Amino acid sequence: MEELMLARWQFGITTVYHFLFVPLTLGLSLIVAILETNYVRTGNEMYKQQTKFWGKLFLINFAMGVVTGIVQEFHFGMNWSEYARFMGDIFGAPLALEALTAFYLESVFLGLWIFGWDRLSKGWHAASMWIVALATNLSAFWILTANSFMQSPVGYVINNGRAEMTDFVALITNPYVFNQFPHTVLSGLVTAGFFVLAISAFHLIRKTHVDFFRASFKLGLIWTTVSLLLLMGSGHAQTQFIAKVQPMKLAAAEALWETANPAPFAIAASIDEQNKTNMTEIKIPAMLSILANNNPNTPVKGIKDIEKEYIAQYGPGNYVPAVTPLFWSFRIMVAAGSAMMLVVLTAGFFWWRGQLEAKPFVLKAVLWSLPLPYIANSTGWFVTEGGRQPWIVFGLQKAEQAVSPTVGAGSIWISLIGFTLVYALLAIAAVYLVQKFVRQGPVATPAQTNKPAVKGATLWS
Amino acid sequence: MELSVLWFVLLTVLFIGFFFLEGFDYGVGILLPFLGKNDIERRVIINSIGPVWDGNEVWMITAGGAMFAAFPHLYATLFSGFYLALFLMLMALIVRGVAFEFRSKDDNPAWRSTSDWLIFIGSAIPAVLWGVAVTNLIQGVPINAKMQYVGSFFDLLSTYTLVGGIAFFLVFTFHGALYLTLKLEGKLMERARSAAVKVGVLTAVACLVLVGLTYTHTDLFASTGAGIALWGAVALFVGAYGAVYCKRYGLGFILSSLTVVFTTIAFFWGLFPRLMVSSLNPAWSLTITNAASSSYTLSIMTVAALALVPLVLVYQGWVYWIFRKRVNAKNLEY
Repeated sequence: MEELMLARWQFGITTVYHFLFVPLTLGLSLIVAILETNYVRTGNEMYKQQTKFWGKLFLINFAMGVVTGIVQEFHFGMNWSEYARFMGDIFGAPLALEALTAFYLESVFLGLWIFGWDRLSKGWHAASMWIVALATNLSAFWILTANSFMQSPVGYVINNGRAEMTDFVALITNPYVFNQFPHTVLSGLVTAGFFVLAISAFHLIRKTHVDFFRASFKLGLIWTTVSLLLLMGSGHAQTQFIAKVQPMKLAAAEALWETANPAPFAIAASIDEQNKTNMTEIKIPAMLSILANNNPNTPVKGIKDIEKEYIAQYGPGNYVPAVTPLFWSFRIMVAAGSAMMLVVLTAGFFWWRGQLEAKPFVLKAVLWSLPLPYIANSTGWFVTEGGRQPWIVFGLQKAEQAVSPTVGAGSIWISLIGFTLVYALLAIAAVYLVQKFVRQGPVATPAQTNKPAVKGATLWS
Repeated sequence: MELSVLWFVLLTVLFIGFFFLEGFDYGVGILLPFLGKNDIERRVIINSIGPVWDGNEVWMITAGGAMFAAFPHLYATLFSGFYLALFLMLMALIVRGVAFEFRSKDDNPAWRSTSDWLIFIGSAIPAVLWGVAVTNLIQGVPINAKMQYVGSFFDLLSTYTLVGGIAFFLVFTFHGALYLTLKLEGKLMERARSAAVKVGVLTAVACLVLVGLTYTHTDLFASTGAGIALWGAVALFVGAYGAVYCKRYGLGFILSSLTVVFTTIAFFWGLFPRLMVSSLNPAWSLTITNAASSSYTLSIMTVAALALVPLVLVYQGWVYWIFRKRVNAKNLEY
């Protein structure tokens, strides 16, 4: 099944790439809205400068998120047509609602915000960014509602050979989404917080635009500390929830082959998926029982027992996801989160002592921590999606049944290579622009160049 | 009215909004390198759609979402069947969107001319492909009894559908030129007018060929309403051409908008109650009955759409009102 593998790779690449930009959009839109609100309330020009500086970086990131998001919407039909047929009755609704309630607001009001500085009152202008920020986060709710159904189906009946919606309220109050939505949005807030912190640290190290970035750093520090604490709390809650509704995902992410009471937590393991065992492990006794159930004397089901249950329930087949990458992804996510916490607390400590700018190594640590939220976001989603395999819709449809039957490997190769190349080029362009504006700092930039277009460089002039 | 019929109408409405609004965006993008002789002129031309193009594009995304929600089999068959065409369109839309946003963030002339290039290509490809797609829907494509598209990419390209692609490309270009006559000033406005006058001649020829081939290659005219709508579109186009020739720009744009609206209505009306015609067996066509969602989902989506689409129209219209002034080099805000 070459097509299946290719389609999965393509979806993985598109989704991971799209989700490099989404979290920053979620968080930074709110930060820009808050900064502009401060400007409206106080009339302080520095807040306006901050709004414009962070706003410009926001726009570069937003554009990338939008264009990769369109691919996302089309992919469900292009590569996964049987999924679309089986699930359209349920999955299409939140997608259409996302467009109707969120995408229109985002793009219409962002256009107004970009071009409306002289056409709107200050208050309306700031309100536009608030609408963008809220719509962006609302869109996260809709798409996570759709994803939550794939993880934990609710409010449906199997009819006419497909899943049909019977209860819209159940769909949007799926307990799964109330675990996933906070964790995802908070990861966005943390990503944006680290973005602000790292760029501020960059200038504080160089002692350029110090007042400006001192203020940004302070905001970023408070913002990130609070959202990181909440993020960790929500992650813990989500893990406990997963233990109940998707025990296989938890067991696989922990490489727990045998049911154990109490269950240990493996910090590292050498996993033998073939023989369904771990050759060596470094473990903390009873820790997994505590994490999963808040109680050291409780059992946690192992992969082998869950597999037996699934075979009894769904018939013969392989129900074990790829344990090794899940195990390590989960650990990388947790390690990245912990490292972020360490960095933020250290920076917070020196900031509180008034010594931060005298400690360049702390500032450098903040700067070099910028990849951490991105690593955590990607590995976190890998656990969520990879841990659901072999299902595309848990218990209802397997990924192999969902792939488009009429799309050949050649077509997927063409689009896979094409998209990947364009994504790489766009990433270079976006990173180039971001680093340019970051280095430049908050300066008034001329609206346009007066240089004439070079002859020969343009096609028609 | 049956809900599936209502959703056919709503889908038509979404495509009308999409072709009307993105139609002139595509046209502006196509005309950009021809009308703008230097960097500032090009910036002015881009700014004529700068605040609104992204909101306009959402009509396409919503139409896609609505297909998924209301007619999942249409979404599945169309998107997997037209795979490489959609891949090309997505590539075009990606580079166009990024080029709009990134163009003025660097003043290297090569960066800017590359962006202008990408805006042109990114507008031209979807304009052609939508024409190819719409004409394929009504002409019929090889769909088997299991609703699967069993042709190849090249089966999508026939005389009729290529003419469809060219005609849509020219209609959008003309529509974009008329939009620009309303949004630009002085020399640039004059250039937009003369572009409309020149492109209009080609558009007239392409449209007549398209209408003629529609008689021979499709059953669109079997439906009287669709036939009237299509000839109505031609008449409106002639009116738009006359208006722009006489420098009645407001009237011209209204008439070119109605041309797009009537063309969309004509093709959807001709399709009804089918969504995609099967060229293998008429019984295998996708219809509003065999491709639709359950009545429960349709009723939920009906409530949502009837409540939200008018609201969208209000605030999107309001933003157009705020940016109603003509754009010139003095009030560039980018």
